[in-house]
Amino acid sequence: MENENNILEIRGLQSYFFTEKGVVPAVDGLNLDIPKGKIVGLVGESGCGKSMTARSIMGLLKYPGKIAGGSILFDNRELVGCRNRELRKLCGDDLSMIFQEPMTSLNPVLKVGRQVRGALLTHNRSLSKEEAKRQVIEMFDRVGIPAPEKRYDCYPHELSGGMRQRVMIAMAMICKPKLLIADEPTTALDVTIEAQILRLMKALQQETGMSILIITHNMGVVAEICDYVYVMYAGQIMEQAETFELFDHTAHPYTQGLLASIPRIGANPERLHTIPGVVPNLLHLPQGCTFCNRCAYATEACRQSRSELQSVNGSHLVRCFRREQREEDAV
Amino acid sequence: MKQTLKRILGSIPVLIGVILLIFLMLRIIPGDAVAVLLGDHVSQDTIDRLTAAMGLDKPMWQQFINYIVGLLQGDFGISYTYGTSVSEMILTAFPYTVKLTLMAIVFAWVIGLVSGIVSAINQNNLLDRLFMGLSLMGVSMPVFMTALFLQYILAFRLGWFSLTSDGSIPSMILPAIALGWNSAGSIARMTRSSLIEVMQADYIDIAKSTGLSNRAVIVGHALKNAMLPVITMMALQLSSMLSGAVITESIFAIPGIGRLATTAISNRDMPVLQGTVIFTTIIVIAGNLLADLLYSVLDPRIRKGK
Repeated sequence: MENENNILEIRGLQSYFFTEKGVVPAVDGLNLDIPKGKIVGLVGESGCGKSMTARSIMGLLKYPGKIAGGSILFDNRELVGCRNRELRKLCGDDLSMIFQEPMTSLNPVLKVGRQVRGALLTHNRSLSKEEAKRQVIEMFDRVGIPAPEKRYDCYPHELSGGMRQRVMIAMAMICKPKLLIADEPTTALDVTIEAQILRLMKALQQETGMSILIITHNMGVVAEICDYVYVMYAGQIMEQAETFELFDHTAHPYTQGLLASIPRIGANPERLHTIPGVVPNLLHLPQGCTFCNRCAYATEACRQSRSELQSVNGSHLVRCFRREQREEDAV
Repeated sequence: MKQTLKRILGSIPVLIGVILLIFLMLRIIPGDAVAVLLGDHVSQDTIDRLTAAMGLDKPMWQQFINYIVGLLQGDFGISYTYGTSVSEMILTAFPYTVKLTLMAIVFAWVIGLVSGIVSAINQNNLLDRLFMGLSLMGVSMPVFMTALFLQYILAFRLGWFSLTSDGSIPSMILPAIALGWNSAGSIARMTRSSLIEVMQADYIDIAKSTGLSNRAVIVGHALKNAMLPVITMMALQLSSMLSGAVITESIFAIPGIGRLATTAISNRDMPVLQGTVIFTTIIVIAGNLLADLLYSVLDPRIRKGK
């Protein structure tokens, strides 16, 4: 680990899909740090590589996806190339994950209590079943599931979406992880439930001192609970900064676009702001900046070559040539 | 419990409908039992007397009612050819068919499930290709061909099995394989595709992300889900299994229900034919009922109110 305060350090991660049409660089040279006890956001549009990053960490890449290079250090252990069995020992114990869709994330034919108990027993084999059940019910109570004893014997289809996501959180939290990865934990929920779940995650984080990586496309979620934010686009980090810094001094045109897309109460525009165009096909990425086709400020230089991530202000990094231009303007 | 009772009662109209259909069909098809029984060169008087004795001179609705009344008492009528009670004939033959079908079912389920699971886990490997090739053979060959093929190679050429069966368990192995191969093939293919599909589900990733081993994920989470469509198919196959038994029994000379039926057809022995068909129908309906009930045990979403 470069920094002892980090629980996770990703360096130069390359997660590629090896398809018949060619290699798709879904994650291309990603660097990401998660400090101990912090909530880090990873933001971007659909298909930008957020979920691939999460799956790479958990060793859950689906065929034909593969980690082609780079390193993922978790708590001083290298996860890339480590044998499946060793990774599984970590998974669910020190490292756990919540998925986006609470409707499909629970096994429909098993009682939810049993599913959570399974996760607990996998890592604590000496635990008796009764004791495990007691702990599961306690955890259900902590994540705000009413009548936890009764819910223990429920099947997933008997619970609402919000309840299921609470069960998922209970399952992820049951072994007191050091890092929780939440892949769009609230996307499938309505807004009131979203706020409750985010508050719950924040409370659990403060209680246990764990770190959380939240993957989302929702800047509102970021503003609500993240300490530090990475903005991802077409497999690369475009901008990274502490949350307030990012919102106050947005440097990358893409981030500006994302922020401008949030509807505001009071402002009454004719149409909601959108970023024109779509995420480029990863098989045919432009030679220059991956965002240049949609960027209002793109110049010939942007189309010819890509910028490196460079510091704007301390830990605020941005991948854009405009930053240099603006500095020149300022001079 | 109430649900179960409802299901059982619901299958009664099906049964009555089937009996009516069989009864009518057997009277529409050409061929006269009396003529077959007596042969040529008999006087019209003899024919009339026998027809009356067998109750065939009465109107059809009356024959049907008589038959139903008899059925309710467990009486399938008297065989034209042998003059013995059809119920007795069926009960003597039935154990052989049960033995054959059970052995074929065990073969089909064990081999089908195991090779399906192994294929799914080793997707596109050599083992998968081998199993899928064998199962394709089973699915595409009609039972009589499979039976003759196995009989020729394994019994006649290699002499590992006897050509015909005397009803003992070892002598039934070859017929059971011949009968079960087809089902084993479709079960294997269904299990494979179902398991592969289930393994893509989010909750499988979740189960993996909680640190469960591959084996625990497959056994504890995937199999139960993957089995749902397979069980429906297994039950549906019970009927094709029974019709396959008719052919298999003839080829291997097993004195079961199937052979009873084929002999009855050539003798125009209506009560026996009718009895065997209705008897088999009852078994198929019972099998489907069982599958329905099993399905609701496995899938809590189908259960309604305990």
